Amino acid sequence: MQTLVAYVENKPGVLNRVSSLARRLAINIDSLTVGPTENEEIARMTIVAHTDERGAHRLEASLEKLVDVLLAENISSRALLDRDLALIKVSADQQNRPHLMELIKVFRARVVDVAPESLIIEVSGTVDKIDGLLEVLRPFGVLEMARTGRISMTRGGDLLRPPAAPAESVAAAEDSK
Amino acid sequence: MKLTGAEILCESLTRLGVKEIFGYPGGAILPVYDALGKSKLHHVLVRHEQGATHMADGYARASGGIGVAMATSGPGATNMVTGIATAMLDSSPVVCITGQVSSKVLGSDAFQEIDITGITMPITKHNVVVTRAEDIARTIREAFLIANSGRPGPVLVDITKDAQQASAEFSWEASTPKLPRKRIRQNHDQAEFDRAVELLNTAKRPLILAGHGIMVSGAMRAFEQFVRTGSYPVAMTLLGIGCFPAKDPLNLGMMGMHGEAWVNNAIQEADLLIAVGMRFDDRVTGDLRTYAKSARKIHIEIDRAEINKNVKVDSALVGDAREVLEKLIPHIETRDHGAWIRHIAELKGDSAVRDIQSLPDTGHLFAAHVINDLWKETNGEAIVVTDVGQHQMWEAQYYHHDNPRTLITSGGLGTMGFALPAAIGAKFAKPDSEVWVVVGDGGFQMTMSELATIVQEKLNIKIAIINNGFLGMVRQWQEFFYDKRYVATPLVAPDFAALANAFGIRGERITKRGEVLPVIRSARESKESVLIDFRVEQEDSVYPMVAAGSSLSDMIRRPNNPLVETATEP
Repeated sequence: MQTLVAYVENKPGVLNRVSSLARRLAINIDSLTVGPTENEEIARMTIVAHTDERGAHRLEASLEKLVDVLLAENISSRALLDRDLALIKVSADQQNRPHLMELIKVFRARVVDVAPESLIIEVSGTVDKIDGLLEVLRPFGVLEMARTGRISMTRGGDLLRPPAAPAESVAAAEDSK
Repeated sequence: MKLTGAEILCESLTRLGVKEIFGYPGGAILPVYDALGKSKLHHVLVRHEQGATHMADGYARASGGIGVAMATSGPGATNMVTGIATAMLDSSPVVCITGQVSSKVLGSDAFQEIDITGITMPITKHNVVVTRAEDIARTIREAFLIANSGRPGPVLVDITKDAQQASAEFSWEASTPKLPRKRIRQNHDQAEFDRAVELLNTAKRPLILAGHGIMVSGAMRAFEQFVRTGSYPVAMTLLGIGCFPAKDPLNLGMMGMHGEAWVNNAIQEADLLIAVGMRFDDRVTGDLRTYAKSARKIHIEIDRAEINKNVKVDSALVGDAREVLEKLIPHIETRDHGAWIRHIAELKGDSAVRDIQSLPDTGHLFAAHVINDLWKETNGEAIVVTDVGQHQMWEAQYYHHDNPRTLITSGGLGTMGFALPAAIGAKFAKPDSEVWVVVGDGGFQMTMSELATIVQEKLNIKIAIINNGFLGMVRQWQEFFYDKRYVATPLVAPDFAALANAFGIRGERITKRGEVLPVIRSARESKESVLIDFRVEQEDSVYPMVAAGSSLSDMIRRPNNPLVETATEP
């Protein structure tokens, strides 16, 4: 599994270009999350792909060839902070509810919706942690689940920022042709 | 100044230096055609939109500039798909402009509406829909920039009809391209460069693999200096042909599936391969597990995505071929590599004797004769545009190109039907050059309607049909690998000479070797187009050959006498 981060133009059709590229390279995407950054014109993607280092290099380099992709980087080998968020609707009656609440506490999850027959649990953390919670919830009956997929950030001073203003004027490039 | 979107488009194309547009009108692009009529742009009416894209592609490849193709929405746009893919696979800068239904009805399955940007996403370098007249100038300028920068490729601009009709303020200054601010990557670090220099200066058996990128970057002069300094033998990819003179003793000719066996053997024996502007295509490498095992590899390539894609390399110099070569030259030591070059000459052995050109004239007409005679008669100076198949490989083997951009051929996609329209584009790019189409009887029948375009534009293009009555390359594979079961390869064709006459073009039919030179001479003397139907040996094969997926070391060699295996005595 390889993790890539991409900064892209925040406009329609870009997600399609990115996912279509992965399909063309025959690389399966495990999860792809996209959201705006502090700059509203730029969106950030975290792409988790089923491939090896060589496939990730090809994906990274091919992504950067897309006009709308400002930067793409394979961060798999760097120190990362990973987060995934899930909402899990689990069936809960009067008998098992206390036991459920205990488990939720152990996983540092939260109950965000209570109904007579069910609860919605919100949990965030690493993919493994959420998978773990899901495992222990299964016997109670998982009715529905929504997951965001993983977002990743390099730790500490290892910054991965979108590129700054272009070094040279584009008009000059056009004139030189 | 207020102009309509259509007028802005024509004005922008003119300012970008466009002279010709290859296209076909229709409802959703009509406003542009109306404006075209009032502009100085010359529109070439094609007979099929695929032809328009190949013409733009041929124009781009012959000139080094950008070719422009135009079509209407729906079927006009979808007919362009094969031509766009052809340009994509061979990194050819083509800008395609398509009309689109009005933005108000986009997505409603309106008449002749199709999602052409969706369809062409994987086969364009970039594509974009324009729905506002005020965005047209900037978008076209961006399309031109993208198409011919870095690794070139096709760009499609889809313009809705309402954007063509609406008026907007036109200002060239205000429509400066605004491309996303992308990361500027460092091409390679010093350590990578130093490693390349060390490999170059310590190699005993170096060999260059020269590709299309040398021509794209205009690196011919730097390349020659590089070759001379290190005395590196040069093998070429199909698209690399012309980047280094064929007559130069260091030029070994084409490598790969139909390269000469001794060239491939030299690659297998080399201790250093220097790949310049090529991408280790499967037709070049054969079986990767056995490819050039004794060689270290340096890869000079502008596209990072090509590095280590097929072949793992020891030093990757990412960047423009010319810049990288110019940076390398001062660091490489002068060498003569005499022993290695003599060894390659030994590998050549008796292959010249086996060559069909060396056989006594038996009256049989082989395609190789036609091509070799064409080469001799034109002094190797014509622009030759080929189709795909046996004749394409014979052209690469027997027409010796000394100049860049004189062989125009569909390599990566292998598009049959490419030759005739691409030659039309090449003729517009180089009106003073002699342009020959070398095409099979199969591929010619795919796009022969463009003969009408040649006549309408009063062009002087010579067409040599290598007619063997078969889809020859497929037949050859059936002969070698399917026990001569010729399924769907015998091919009925019209009388091509009579067909040419019907279009108003002089047509000739040649069946004997002795007639080849006279007909080529007479065609060259004519100021008009001439079509020559060369009836060649029907079951001749292209030798030598590396079977698909086999090792380069394992070639099917030329038979000593091709007639024994391929034809009966008259």
